[in-house]
Amino acid sequence: MSGNMPPGSLLVIVPAYNEQASIARVVREIREVLPEVPVVVIDDCSADATAWEAQAAGARVLSLPHHLGLGGAVQAGYKLAYELGYEYVVRVDGDGQHDPRDIPRLLEALRESGCEMAIGSRFLDGDEGHTSFARQVGVRLFRLLLRPILGREVRDPTSGFVAVNRAALQVFSKSFPLEYPEIEALVVLQRRAFRFVEAPCRMRPRMGGRSSITALKSFYYPLHVLLGVFVNILKFEHRRWRR
Amino acid sequence: MERLLNVLTVFSVVLLILVLRSVRKAHIRAEYSVSWLGAALTLLALSRMEGFLGRLGQFLGVANPPLALAFITGGIFLIVFYRHSVVLSELKDANISLAQRVAILEFHLRTLHEEQKAKSGA
Repeated sequence: MSGNMPPGSLLVIVPAYNEQASIARVVREIREVLPEVPVVVIDDCSADATAWEAQAAGARVLSLPHHLGLGGAVQAGYKLAYELGYEYVVRVDGDGQHDPRDIPRLLEALRESGCEMAIGSRFLDGDEGHTSFARQVGVRLFRLLLRPILGREVRDPTSGFVAVNRAALQVFSKSFPLEYPEIEALVVLQRRAFRFVEAPCRMRPRMGGRSSITALKSFYYPLHVLLGVFVNILKFEHRRWRR
Repeated sequence: MERLLNVLTVFSVVLLILVLRSVRKAHIRAEYSVSWLGAALTLLALSRMEGFLGRLGQFLGVANPPLALAFITGGIFLIVFYRHSVVLSELKDANISLAQRVAILEFHLRTLHEEQKAKSGA
């Protein structure tokens, strides 16, 4: 990997924390779909053999010296991709919920739309029956909240299956939310007049490990996201006002 | 009131000694001891100026001087906590950036090492 990448170069990043049960299969699936594309697993200081499993499956590993949380891990991947000169980055979660066979569709949506970000959406077909009731309520709440802020509806605002181009990469490598970053990242982009597109994708059950959003955190999650959204709006307005 | 002010004097002196001792032992960096020392000295001064405390209470609209004292003490500590939250946030941001930089540099180093190894093996 060098700093001068050819036009259209793509990197797949996989943030992972204690995902030894699923990470090897995720990496192998990505490599089956995109054999020429490098895969970098960002190991968020896992206590298990995540890094070893990822490397054995053919991924490069970016090992964080201590646990930063999802946002910090994803941003580390974006920073690396930006420094290495990649034009596109796709983020696939390490728990196996994202189907790598949807990556080409996601990339096509990003390239053809001219948008800065493409989101893999599980709800574009209108069927929301395959998610839990709590998640459905959360998704609907965030849809309502984001519609006036983004000026349009986003069907799956909590999806972490995203593709970004170099312009978004530049922004995210400098400013990226640390905890529960998906929704706040949309606001970060929108405040800079960047656009996003949604592409249909499949979501699968976790292949192993445990979700970072525990029962207790599921109450804290919406509050944290709401606060983060408003902080991002205020931050940007303040900067615009000072200019 | 007299007893309450005496207790506050003792508390302020203990806080002052504790902070100075921590600075001497390098448990607290000098720049972060300033807000604690300021708070301790302000409380010490207030505890020795009963008349001024009464006038301050009247100014704040608190008729009861002990309540005014509690209000002012709470306010002082809120300012100290706020300052420490700012410092903590700055440190956390710096810490995250450093951790990411270390990981990326290690990644580059490993890549170089592997490239060199491949060249020498070829």
